[in-house]
Amino acid sequence: MTSDTLIAAVTERFPDGVTASHSYRGDATLVLKRESLLEVAAFIKDDPALQMNMLVDLSAVDYSAFGKSPVPAFFASSGVTLGPSLQIPDKDPWPGPPDAAARFAVVYHFYSISHKHRLRLVVPTPVVSGHGDSATAGEVDTLSELWPAANWLEREVWDMYGIRFRGHPDLRRILMYEEFEGHPLRKDYPVKRRQPLIGPLN
Amino acid sequence: MTLPTTPPTASTAPEETSDLDTRDMMLNIGPAHPAMHGIVRIVATLEGETVKDTDVEIGYLHRGFEKMSEIVDYNGVIPYTDRLNYVSPLINNQGYCMAIEKLLGIEVPERCHYIRVIVSEISRIGDHLTCVGAGAMELGAFTVFLYMIKAREHLWELIEKVTGARLTVTYCRVGGVKADLPEGFAELCSEAFVETRKVLAESHTLLTRNRIFIDRMSGVGVISAEDAIAYGITGPFLRGSGVEYDVRKDCPYAVYDRLPFDVPVGTQGDNMDRYLVRMEEMEQSMRIVEAALSELPGGPVLTNPETGRPIPAAEMVDLAKMGDISPLSGGCAVVGPTLEGSGGSHYSSIAADHRQVLLPAKEDAYGNIEGLMRQFKLVMLGHGIKAPKGEVYFPVEGANGELGFYIVSDGAGSPYRVRVRPPCFAIMSALSKLLEGDMMADIVPTFGSVNMIGGELDR
Repeated sequence: MTSDTLIAAVTERFPDGVTASHSYRGDATLVLKRESLLEVAAFIKDDPALQMNMLVDLSAVDYSAFGKSPVPAFFASSGVTLGPSLQIPDKDPWPGPPDAAARFAVVYHFYSISHKHRLRLVVPTPVVSGHGDSATAGEVDTLSELWPAANWLEREVWDMYGIRFRGHPDLRRILMYEEFEGHPLRKDYPVKRRQPLIGPLN
Repeated sequence: MTLPTTPPTASTAPEETSDLDTRDMMLNIGPAHPAMHGIVRIVATLEGETVKDTDVEIGYLHRGFEKMSEIVDYNGVIPYTDRLNYVSPLINNQGYCMAIEKLLGIEVPERCHYIRVIVSEISRIGDHLTCVGAGAMELGAFTVFLYMIKAREHLWELIEKVTGARLTVTYCRVGGVKADLPEGFAELCSEAFVETRKVLAESHTLLTRNRIFIDRMSGVGVISAEDAIAYGITGPFLRGSGVEYDVRKDCPYAVYDRLPFDVPVGTQGDNMDRYLVRMEEMEQSMRIVEAALSELPGGPVLTNPETGRPIPAAEMVDLAKMGDISPLSGGCAVVGPTLEGSGGSHYSSIAADHRQVLLPAKEDAYGNIEGLMRQFKLVMLGHGIKAPKGEVYFPVEGANGELGFYIVSDGAGSPYRVRVRPPCFAIMSALSKLLEGDMMADIVPTFGSVNMIGGELDR
């Protein structure tokens, strides 16, 4: 299936669950509502035309600093703005972050071994309480029942972004240790922050 | 003293043992253990010698690759990718650069693709040699390990000839590679492959029909094709279970679609099959390299059209002073012989013609003011590559399986998000399932066949 027919197949089945779609650079992408993730995932796994039997990757993106990178000093004073290095047109332009109101997005990459096609699902996840680095993100349904591969990958997303997965059998940190404070891949986690167990420099 | 009137009968003994109060034993392996390839901890619950359950703890080599990538520019990530799978760094280089090229929408010349494929396949052989050799050593076959490391040494010398480094190569660039293949590379390559083939033949003799080796490997660490797919396992591990999935064949990238190679698959999904798949893949990789070298496109050679040889720097200056710049357009000067790649007459055909993204060759950056300025502009933060806003995912076939890069860009000078899909993460998540029900001694060969690489697992 081409990326367009893939998108059409899922969108027709779930007109309410799919909020947006694009195939920037040929990657078929669907943006889903959080509550419809499980049924869409079950559908793409078992549907004979899709058969997404492999969950290749599961990660997240923190969109809170998107487009807010500090401008280098020279440009800040000169007022000169730089565009992209190359202006290569794409027939399907990227529509931007999946949901302006949601800080996080959980990103799933699927592959079908029998049909040899790929699909990306994006689930925007807003902050439900708190703010800054103590913000609590909304829960996303776990896919570990459908694909055991999701078990560790969801633990990693919890570890790195602090997004909880509803129904996960064993949601512990995986790369960091239990005493680690904060979630390091959040954009407001400073690169040089020291952890209590590590202690200050000297 | 009186003897017991009735001797204990044999019939009571089994009853007594079944009434014995048995306890599970906890066995801690690692984080630093001679049989562990990296730093990883396995807490096994044993019933007698049978593994009931294991808890695999990873993360001991976490270095924050993904966080660091967000604060450097696009070219600055390439040295970090060397340290992901440090046994085959060239495949990581290629995967990352091709992901960024997909995001930028640029194409590299064919010769560049061929060179990347050649060096990647040489790395893959080195990776498989390490995995099989170390796995055999842990079962007592120390000779095989030494032989295989000897073969790897020949291959690493090839890598060193091309890239100038053995381990942390940083060879690919966004839009090209650092330097062309050295003179006489094809001959060096065939010499190294003769040595490698000798070692592979010796190892086959020592291992494949060896009774001890078969007893330890066959029927151990079995995983079915369905389970392997459900766990997201890829690469030789998945192919050992009989699934013919290879990114090079199924989603061909670079020039793999026109190179001849077969994808070996196993039938049982046990350690023995994975060993055999890896042994065969090394042979296939050599086949790819030989085919790629034989059809390596030449591309335009940058020479003086009048004399037919590369232009020495002094001659270039003289020509320019005379106002005779027509032979210089598009040419590059031959400068000091100590500079790396200065003999690279093919330079224009190994890199895309995009001066906004491609770092200049070393001889240009050191040899003339234009090259220096271009280098300076590209490495200053905020002046370098600025990718358009967007997100891409690009998979390549790493030595352990599908190595994917998911890149999000917000149009700034650094990537907004770099996510690596490490192939051995999926295999490690299935390790508990693989070990369950096997004997305690089977942990070692099964874990060896996973080929865990801490650098890519923990990032």
